[in-house]
Amino acid sequence: MTDVQLKPSPGLWQRSAKTDFIAVLVIATVAIGLYFVFPSSLALLTRIVAIMLLVLSLDLVTGFAGVATLGHAALFGAGAYAAGIAAAKFGLTDPLLMLAIGSVAGMVAGALSSLVILRGHGLSQLVLSIAVVQLAHEGANKLSDWTGGSDGLSGIMPAPLLGLFRFDLWGRTAYILAVLLLILVFLALRVIVRSPFGMLCRGIKQDPVRVRAMGAPVYWTLVQMYAISGAVAGLGGALSAIATKVVGLDSLSFNLSAEALVMLVLGGAGNLLGAMIGTLVFVWFEDLVSAINPFHWLTIVGALLILVVLFAPKGLTGAAASLLARLRGGR
Amino acid sequence: MTEDGQGEAFALQTVLSIAADALAYGMVLFVISIGLSVTMGLMKVVNLAHGAFAMIGGYIASYVTQQMGLHFGVAVIAAVMGTVLIAVPIERLLYRRIYGAPELTQVLMSIGITFAIIGIANFLMGPTLKTITLPAELQGPVDIGFRAIAAHKLFVVVVGLVVAGGLWFLIERTRFGVKLRASVDDAAMAGALGIRTKWIYAVSFALAIGLAALGGVVGAQLLPIEPYYALRYMVTFLVVVSVGGAGSILGALISCLLLGAVETTGRYLMPEYGEFFFYLAVIAIVCVFPNGLLGRAK
Repeated sequence: MTDVQLKPSPGLWQRSAKTDFIAVLVIATVAIGLYFVFPSSLALLTRIVAIMLLVLSLDLVTGFAGVATLGHAALFGAGAYAAGIAAAKFGLTDPLLMLAIGSVAGMVAGALSSLVILRGHGLSQLVLSIAVVQLAHEGANKLSDWTGGSDGLSGIMPAPLLGLFRFDLWGRTAYILAVLLLILVFLALRVIVRSPFGMLCRGIKQDPVRVRAMGAPVYWTLVQMYAISGAVAGLGGALSAIATKVVGLDSLSFNLSAEALVMLVLGGAGNLLGAMIGTLVFVWFEDLVSAINPFHWLTIVGALLILVVLFAPKGLTGAAASLLARLRGGR
Repeated sequence: MTEDGQGEAFALQTVLSIAADALAYGMVLFVISIGLSVTMGLMKVVNLAHGAFAMIGGYIASYVTQQMGLHFGVAVIAAVMGTVLIAVPIERLLYRRIYGAPELTQVLMSIGITFAIIGIANFLMGPTLKTITLPAELQGPVDIGFRAIAAHKLFVVVVGLVVAGGLWFLIERTRFGVKLRASVDDAAMAGALGIRTKWIYAVSFALAIGLAALGGVVGAQLLPIEPYYALRYMVTFLVVVSVGGAGSILGALISCLLLGAVETTGRYLMPEYGEFFFYLAVIAIVCVFPNGLLGRAK
């Protein structure tokens, strides 16, 4: 009788590590490709990456934890202003330090706003989230000594990255920093989302009553997820401040929150790739069409939203996934 | 008069001034938002495009008075009927599909409709501000004792009160109102009892949109008509309805007057703060009353 050695099937972490690796390769390839194909649009691409971080953070709370919010830009703006004020008013211009400050500011803003937003459910939650971002907007407007008010915060001069790489006019350093940051954040979020904590959040989205019955603290889990999301959003805001060297009130606006939600829904919520794809498609098209006529862009977005809600509620990635499933299962 | 006496008189005048403006502003909000309250309370649809319909009403009235040179009264009727005519196919094609959908879906759909309407409005009417020519009776100030108030603001207050009274009568004292309330309480049971709920929904939606158009027209001096109107006030209408409690006329009235007062007072006394206190008040009220001041728990 021979001993049959059963090979253990690869666990969740091993399988996921493989998909993560492929995803990172894809992101890196696309990023490198874009760098060479559009060398004059690096500023736009860097801005796209900053907004990707915002939409990724929104995916965490909306796609994974099920908190509907139209106020997420408050966290992005908090990070942007924190990094900007640190550089312009306190002279802390090391870009990595600015990123860290922005991230911490975003985390604090996330935790604080979650305390307000999580008090409501459904519609009142949406209204509270709107009120939070509007409050932040008005507050930033009032504190114009610190934030520059409606003129925006300028005078942000990031020091050379690691003392070696200057932030030049072409935006090369900023772009490379942005892509590296995106890859790191993506990997970190994949780990978080797969962890027991991430699973708990997904459970809360599907059935909070059951999770509470299991004994898990729903409220505090959501606050923690909000804090993590805030850290990512704040990072995006700080990146935006470093790359564009200016922070405006529009980074704290309801409009940005609504656009981020549109991008997320377009790409598909609940898987981190959708957030990135949706952002890329949306911001690129916006740049193309807005230059022609901003109102046409608004109509297109409106029509797109209606179509997505009616025909592709899971966004581009959801449609792609169901297409893939149909092709596989059809055989 | 002593210095103190003068100071007191000034303070009283300021308070009454603020009150008068707050009343007018609150009434404009009420006339526009009461339709949204009905939509959200009855059909449970979060319709962020409500402001867009008010804007359409304003545009039609502006076109009728400016380009066609007709009287304001004709413009009001044309605006209401025109907007309802536009809204009916939108309700049939789009809104019907999202009754009962999760809030996020409704928000996204209605934001999409809003964006599309803004783009089309700009395409048809251009990006500039549109005015509605008021008839002679509504132009100019009216002296109400302690100050002169613009006649159109007084008109708005009167319209608001008439709308509130009319709606109350409709809902509490007519057969239609009975069927409406039954459909709100329990749509399935009302349907089982022979009430044509789909028809009730359609009529209520038309009524809500008509009121929005009316509000857009009479409030055009306070909320100027331009393509971004729908986006600019989208949040305001949603917020006042949520604070008042969807489906409650009295709640909407109280919330509009209250929030209108907070906003106007802030604008008078601390204009640098903008809408800071408005949203602070919103957060405070929603935290204490998660279903709105007079809303019903789900």
